[in-house]
Amino acid sequence: MKKPELHTRHSPVPYKSYVIGFILSIITTLLAYFFVVNELWSTMVLVYVVLGIAVVQLIVQVVFFLHIGRGSRWKLVTFIFTLLVVLIVVVGSIWIMDNLNYNMMDMTPQEQRQYMSENQGI
Amino acid sequence: MNRAEEEKAVFSRKSLGFWVYLMTDCVLFATLFATFAVLRTATAGGPSGADIFDLQFVLIETMLLLTSSFTVGLAVLGAERGFKKQTIVWLIVTFLLGAAFLAMELYEFRELIHEGHGWQQSAFLSSYFVLVGTHGLHIAVGLLWMGVVIFRLLQRNFKETDIRRLSLLGLFWHFLDIIWIFIFSFVYLIGGMA
Repeated sequence: MKKPELHTRHSPVPYKSYVIGFILSIITTLLAYFFVVNELWSTMVLVYVVLGIAVVQLIVQVVFFLHIGRGSRWKLVTFIFTLLVVLIVVVGSIWIMDNLNYNMMDMTPQEQRQYMSENQGI
Repeated sequence: MNRAEEEKAVFSRKSLGFWVYLMTDCVLFATLFATFAVLRTATAGGPSGADIFDLQFVLIETMLLLTSSFTVGLAVLGAERGFKKQTIVWLIVTFLLGAAFLAMELYEFRELIHEGHGWQQSAFLSSYFVLVGTHGLHIAVGLLWMGVVIFRLLQRNFKETDIRRLSLLGLFWHFLDIIWIFIFSFVYLIGGMA
């Protein structure tokens, strides 16, 4: 029996995909730049807006440039796993260290040690 | 399995292996991003991001790298369709854009060090130089790789293996562009806010 052919799955990527990806990337980059340069909102809002735009651009580039859906399924699985690790490392670090900085504000190392032994039992 | 199919299977494993390398590189950059995020306010009396970043300069850098990511895609597409001349031309364009990007980055570093804001000055500057410098090092390696590919294509006939290697180079270059988008947003735009 002859195996069914899978030509459609391995057909070359169309040019259109790159052109769309490129235009969307340019637009998102300029958008983030103008929001920040013109200081449209308060700093806190701007931070979230810029991060949101960066995530949009990540999705655009991964879909249109890296073609994550094409080829091996493991590509997608390893990608998602890596995203998880990256998020844990980055968000976790910021979270913990900001809390630490907040709790230890304006203290000399000696005061810190005393504060920790009195309040945290360390 | 005939020879062509076998080669294809071997390549799809190689391609996945290269992809896994890129993912581990992602984790490397994630640790550097986390370091930067934690140390961004630790300026030790030195300048903060708002004092030293020239956003217009960085925007031009970003556009150069973004365009090079597009042109390397065009080179890969040309190769898949067997257009050798088109592939070489787009690769050379990509190489020039990448080299211009690297030159701008080195110029920026030189200016900072010249003004006395080297990596020794504060934890913020250390983490900044390590993060952006690591990306620059990757770009330099990518340029070297691209130079070898261009040289090979000029010297020899176009082979199936060349096309496949080229697609890995394309993957690497797109990856570096994505990392840069986060450096642009995280370090320059957010880090540069007062």
